[in-house]
Amino acid sequence: MKQKIILRVISKFLIPYILLFALYVQWHGDFGPGGGFQAGVIFAAGFILYAIIFGVDTVRVVIPAVVTRLLLVFGVLLYAGVGVASMILGGNYLDYNVLAHEPTHGQHYGILLVELGVGITVASAMITIFCTFAGRSPEDPEEGV
Amino acid sequence: MAMTAIAIARIHNLFAVVMLTGIFSLLGAAAYVIMDAVDVAFTEAAVGAGISTVLMLGTLALTTSEEKPAPRKNVVGALIVVTITGAVLIYGTLDMPLYGDPSAPIHTHVADRYLGQSGTEIGLPNVVTSVLASYRGYDTLGETFVIFTAAIGVLAILGRVRFPRRREEDVAEEDANKAPDETAGGAGA
Repeated sequence: MKQKIILRVISKFLIPYILLFALYVQWHGDFGPGGGFQAGVIFAAGFILYAIIFGVDTVRVVIPAVVTRLLLVFGVLLYAGVGVASMILGGNYLDYNVLAHEPTHGQHYGILLVELGVGITVASAMITIFCTFAGRSPEDPEEGV
Repeated sequence: MAMTAIAIARIHNLFAVVMLTGIFSLLGAAAYVIMDAVDVAFTEAAVGAGISTVLMLGTLALTTSEEKPAPRKNVVGALIVVTITGAVLIYGTLDMPLYGDPSAPIHTHVADRYLGQSGTEIGLPNVVTSVLASYRGYDTLGETFVIFTAAIGVLAILGRVRFPRRREEDVAEEDANKAPDETAGGAGA
């Protein structure tokens, strides 16, 4: 894709908006359609578009493999950690009512954090899976990124 | 959607098949929008039409984009099995309540509480998010773990980043360069 100038310029132009839209979907999921799953996928789609146009190695400069692996774990731990935190604060597992003084505020915080965990996990999982697939060239299948 | 499905089954060029599955997912998303399930449609469009297509294309780049035509045999038997299965499925749907029927079991159990109380209990305008993240938090946690496990599985099979396995000739070359008393330690690395 090195010689496709239109694709390169247009994708460079589009990727910031894709990422911005992903963040909008992530944080606006409480009020409109959206949430962690969709936002994570859209966020990953931005990186995958970048990888398709500019190559997997370039993406791995932007977001190294170690970072996506750590984020993958961090998202799940954030979700489970909210549950543990609500247990420590005296509620049931994943009972957000105890996270703040007002039950609805606690619910709001809990849902926000949980959706963030979902989004982080989904995004990094998608990026990881794509880069693992696309990083293998057919000529040298032993080489993985 | 039915035409797309038939085309997917008939075409042997896998690149076209992948594109058609993307179109199929997009049509499915449109159907969800018509049924007012915007969140589901959103997910279907993003995952089904977007990410799956890209992953399939990545797989095609590694393999081949032409399907090997399977030898045709026992077409009649397969047709009979498919017809019977389809008839049984259609027979099963006859017992289901009509779409939008207010007396359907799914509307009489907890849906009233979700729709009526979630505004005061959770305080979010989007009931789907309330159900997904709070009432059904355990399920969503499980789904997150499913995605996590998928990525871990792909990594375990395909991915190596920190410790790339040395090629045989490299190891042999290094062994040859080393003094004889160090060979045992070099080969074990």
